[in-house]
Amino acid sequence: MSDAPDHSPTLAALSISDRLGQAMPYILIPVLVVLGFLAIGSTSSWLTLTVSGLAMGMMIFLMASGLTLVFGLMDIINFGHGAFISVGAFVGVSVLMAMGGWTTAPSLPLNLIAVLLAILAATLVTGILGWGFERVIVRPVYGQHLHQILVTVGGLIVIEQMIHVIWGPHEIFLTRPETFQGAITYWGAALEKFRLLAVVLGLIVFVTMRLVLRRTKIGLIVRAGVQNGEMVQALGYRLRLVFVGVFIAGSALAGLGGVMWGLYQEVITAGMGEEMMILVFIVVIIGGLGSVEGAFIGALLVGLTQNYIAFLEPKLALISNIGLMAVILMWRPQGMMPVVKAK
Amino acid sequence: MSDDILTLKGVYTDIAQYHILADLDLNVPRGGVTMLLGRNGVGKTTTLRTIMGLWAAKKGQITLDGTDLTALPTSDRARLGIGYVPEDMGIFTDLTVAENMILAAAGGGLDAKRMEWIFGAFPALRTFWTSEAGNLSGGQKQMLAIARAMAEERQLYLIDEPTKGLAPAIVSTMAGALRDLKKQGASILLVEQNFAVAKALGDTAAVMDDGRVIWTGEMAELANDADLQERLMGLSMETL
Ligand SMILES: Nc1ncnc2c1ncn2[C@@H]1O[C@H](COP(=O)(O)OP(=O)(O)OP(=O)(O)O)[C@@H](O)[C@H]1O
Ligand SMILES: [Mg+2]
Repeated sequence: MSDAPDHSPTLAALSISDRLGQAMPYILIPVLVVLGFLAIGSTSSWLTLTVSGLAMGMMIFLMASGLTLVFGLMDIINFGHGAFISVGAFVGVSVLMAMGGWTTAPSLPLNLIAVLLAILAATLVTGILGWGFERVIVRPVYGQHLHQILVTVGGLIVIEQMIHVIWGPHEIFLTRPETFQGAITYWGAALEKFRLLAVVLGLIVFVTMRLVLRRTKIGLIVRAGVQNGEMVQALGYRLRLVFVGVFIAGSALAGLGGVMWGLYQEVITAGMGEEMMILVFIVVIIGGLGSVEGAFIGALLVGLTQNYIAFLEPKLALISNIGLMAVILMWRPQGMMPVVKAK
Repeated sequence: MSDDILTLKGVYTDIAQYHILADLDLNVPRGGVTMLLGRNGVGKTTTLRTIMGLWAAKKGQITLDGTDLTALPTSDRARLGIGYVPEDMGIFTDLTVAENMILAAAGGGLDAKRMEWIFGAFPALRTFWTSEAGNLSGGQKQMLAIARAMAEERQLYLIDEPTKGLAPAIVSTMAGALRDLKKQGASILLVEQNFAVAKALGDTAAVMDDGRVIWTGEMAELANDADLQERLMGLSMETL
């Protein structure tokens, strides 16, 4: 046998259409924004709707990001994810109400601290709840999809009932902290302050997640695990532990999304998380299972579409997102940026 | 301590309701290459996956250098020093070549000297260090799979058909790297259908049929006995 020949390696250069295909999902957002502008005509309405759509998208992204990773890593369908949204909202709102003066004072720092404390409490409680949920409800049904659906829906119902027991059976109305009420006017468009806050927060979370996933070893393990969990274990990593960590983080992010959504709607109910799950699942599916970036883009598309359509053709608002999903799945049946191999 | 780095005793493995391995005994001597041979579908891949704990052995015992692996999860077996190259290579296609290698060195960072050795065997990996592994050619992916197993010093290498579907030039690159690994005193359990490669690398051989090992002996003895090959594998290896 001869020595290794010095074969010249070839790596098919990415063709222009490949590159375009990879960037396409990102391009969709500006395209949609421009289309919205053309259809709406009025700059101020368009700006208001765009900010509102982005804010809504960011909040949905918070709720969806954990779910897509959980699905990608362990092939778990968790219908109970909505429970963390509701619990996060109730815990966060309770904390805000308990702080009374800090939220009614017209002081940005005090209001901000109040909101951050509410977020801290909500994510802490939902993170711990997620840890328990994984141990008690999810772990016994690995690899059994039908059981997962039944058992996680059961968990959802139990947690919703617990909310009724602790916080009473009625919805709770609230007012946002003083500084986050009202709007600023820009180019003649009214931009609600709270929506701007939601956009900033969503961006921070997305950029942080991306950094963790791309720049740290644990992120590397998560990304590899989404693709091929067996091989990650065969290289010596305890995927179970990683998964539990991701489940906890995903639950906490859902809790964060819940607080933000509660403050946005200024009313919270035990069923609010369950109601959001339709949009969350749409986002996870069109984004591509297992893809945080896909979920981010998908969430923004859903938020923008819903707001534009509600303005242009209110009758179509309810079905606009189903329509969006249908169009995207016709284009890419695996979602925009699938990570999980088709099974 | 015996001279065997790995022993399997009376191992049974089921996949779903199918009995795949039945009463399998196998010894892998310390240092050198043991060939695991047999017709398609006799359970070679299943044997390697059972050693890694990717399938659970229903019965029997697996020991690595005196440590009972049977109850350990896959990750612990890997940490004890098993480098595994699966039949489908198990490349993380969305990660770069570098990221694949970093993950493979689970015990710490990549060692510069070892990397020089790996780059020497597989220059393509240096060229495409920062490229997505999914864009590599089939042969380059196989090199990466083997390089990952070599990323750290291992007690034992489990390598499943490293030359499958490769062009002859790349087959010899692969064989060269494995011979190099062997020269350094590594213990290797190798599944290989390419007769020339098997003959050149193998010290001992174990032939499987229907989920158990039916013959063990010197590779040279098997390689030079066409009748024996015919009897054990249903055809002479020259024709493979
Ligand atoms: N996931 C699975 N589900 C059901 N049966 C399986 C599965 N994987 C393998 N088998 C069966 O187990 C038997 C042994 O398969 P295995 O892959 O171990 O054979 P092999 O010796 O590696 O074959 P080859 O030379 O073709 O790679 C085969 O009959 C195969 O059909
Ligand atoms: Mg095989």
